[in-house]
Amino acid sequence: MKYRFSRKQLAIPYAIFLFLFVILPLLVVIYYAFTNSEGKLSFTNYVGFFRSGEMLGTLLYSTVIAVLTTVICLLIAYPTAFILAKAKMRSSEALLLLFVLPMWINFTLRITALKEILTLFEGNLAKYQFFNTILCMVYDFLPFMILPLYNTLTKLDDSYIEAAEDLGAKKSHVFLKVILPLSVPGIVSGVTMVFLPSMTNYVVLDMIYNSTYIMGSLIGSYFSAYDWNNGSVISIILLIIICVITAISNRYTEKDTDERGNNLK
Amino acid sequence: MNKVLRNGWIWLVLLFLYAPILILAFYSFTSATMIGTVREFSVDNYVTLFTTPELVEMIIGTLLLALGVAFLSTVLGTMGAIGSYYSHKKVRGAIELSNQIPVVNADVVTGFSVCILMIAFFHIRKDTFIPLVIGQTTLCVPFVYLSVMPRLKKMDHSLYEAALDLGCTPAMAIWRVTIPHLIPGITSGFMTAITLSLDDYFIATYTKPATFNTISTYVVNATRGSQTQIKTALWALSTIIFLVVVAYVGGKNLIGAKKSKKA
Repeated sequence: MKYRFSRKQLAIPYAIFLFLFVILPLLVVIYYAFTNSEGKLSFTNYVGFFRSGEMLGTLLYSTVIAVLTTVICLLIAYPTAFILAKAKMRSSEALLLLFVLPMWINFTLRITALKEILTLFEGNLAKYQFFNTILCMVYDFLPFMILPLYNTLTKLDDSYIEAAEDLGAKKSHVFLKVILPLSVPGIVSGVTMVFLPSMTNYVVLDMIYNSTYIMGSLIGSYFSAYDWNNGSVISIILLIIICVITAISNRYTEKDTDERGNNLK
Repeated sequence: MNKVLRNGWIWLVLLFLYAPILILAFYSFTSATMIGTVREFSVDNYVTLFTTPELVEMIIGTLLLALGVAFLSTVLGTMGAIGSYYSHKKVRGAIELSNQIPVVNADVVTGFSVCILMIAFFHIRKDTFIPLVIGQTTLCVPFVYLSVMPRLKKMDHSLYEAALDLGCTPAMAIWRVTIPHLIPGITSGFMTAITLSLDDYFIATYTKPATFNTISTYVVNATRGSQTQIKTALWALSTIIFLVVVAYVGGKNLIGAKKSKKA
C-alpha cells in the first residue's frame, strides 16, 4: 500500500517526545522512590522521611513560606490588578506591561539586585533570614500573581456591579458577594503560579544565604550526594502536592476546559 | 477608593518592583563595589563584562542554548499541536494531559527526573549537552503547544480543504495554508520558549556539563564567590538585559498600537 500523509501523523514526534522525556522520567522517579540503593522494593525511604523531625520540619517550613508568600502576593496583587482592570482602557494595557515586564528579566539577576539593597539596609542578611526569604519570594513571584488576576478582572462585567448597587447592596457587600466570587478563577490560577514555586525555588534562599532548607533544597542536596532514592521520595511528595493543587484549581476553572470538548473534528 | 489612593498604590508597587533594578543600574555606571557608596562615573563594569572571556562565553552560550531550545521546541510543539488537533479524542486527551505535566510540575522535579533518566538510566554524559537541551526543551514545548492550539481552534478549516481541492498535497496545504495562519501563535510560543530557557536555573544546574554555565547558574555561583569585579560586571549585565527587555516590550507595544489604529 502506498504511504499516505495525514495531519494526525504530525503528532507522532511530539507524542514520542512526551513519552520519553515527560512520562518516562516520572516512571523512573517512581521506581527509585520505591526501591532502596540495592534496587529492591522498599518503603524505608518514606518511613525515613516521615520519622525524621528534620524532614518534617522542612516540609512544614516550606509550607509556611509558600503560604505566606502566596497570601502576601495576593494581598498586593489583587488591588493592583483591580485598579489596572478598572482604569481607562488605553493606559491600563500599558501599565500592565510595566507590572509583568520583570517576568522577562532573569530571576537570579533580579534577586541579586534586591539582595544588594537589603545588604545596604540590614548589613548582615543573616539577621532577618525569615523576613528576607519572604520578601525575596514575593519580589520574585508578584508579577505571576498580577497577570492572571488582571485577566479575570478585565473580563468581569461591570453591569453585575451596577446591578448590585442599584439593588441597594453596600460597597463591602458588592465586593464580597459579587466581585470576589467572580474573580475566583483568577485567584486560583495566581495561587497555583506562586504556591508551588515558592515551596521549591531554593535558589532564592541560597542567594540570600538562608541556612534553612525548603523542599526544593532537599532535592538539590540529595542530587549532589547522588542519592537518587531519597531525591525521588521528595519528588514524589512534591508531585502529590502538585496533583492536589491541580485538582483543586481544575474545579474552579472548568469553564475553560468546557471549550476544549466541543470543538471541530 | 479615591484616585490619589489608587495612584499611590500603583506607584508603590511599581517602586517595589523596579527600585532594586534601577538602583543597581545606576551603580553599574560607577566604580563603586557596593551600592550606597559614592564613587565617580565609570564604564569599567561594561568593559569587564565584554572583555572577560569567561563572561563572554557564558553570555553567548546562554543565548545559543536559548535559541536552539526555542527552535526545537517550536518545531516539536507546532507539529504536535496540529497533529493532536486532528487526532482521535483519546489520543488528543493523552497528549494534552502529558503536555500539562511540565507546566504544573515544579522545575526542580522536572530537572531532577530528566537528569536521573538521562544519567542514571541511559548513561548519557552531561558534556554532550544532550541532557541540557532535552531538559530545557521538555520545559518549553508545552508552552509552544499551548500558544499554537488556540489559533488552530479559531482557524477556518475549510481553507485547508479548499487547498486540497485545488490540487495541493496535504503536506503542501499544511505548509502553505495552516502554518501561515498559526504564525502569531508560533511566534509567541517561540518567545515564551526563549524567556523560559533564559530564566531557567534548575534544569540547567542538574543537566549542564560541568564547564558550561548559563546566566542563571553563573550568577548563583558568583553570589557565593567573593570576586567583586565579577559581581559588579553582573550589575552591568543586569542593566543591559533590563534595557533590552524594555526596548523589546516597548517596541512591540508601539507597533501593536499603530496596527490597531490603522485597523
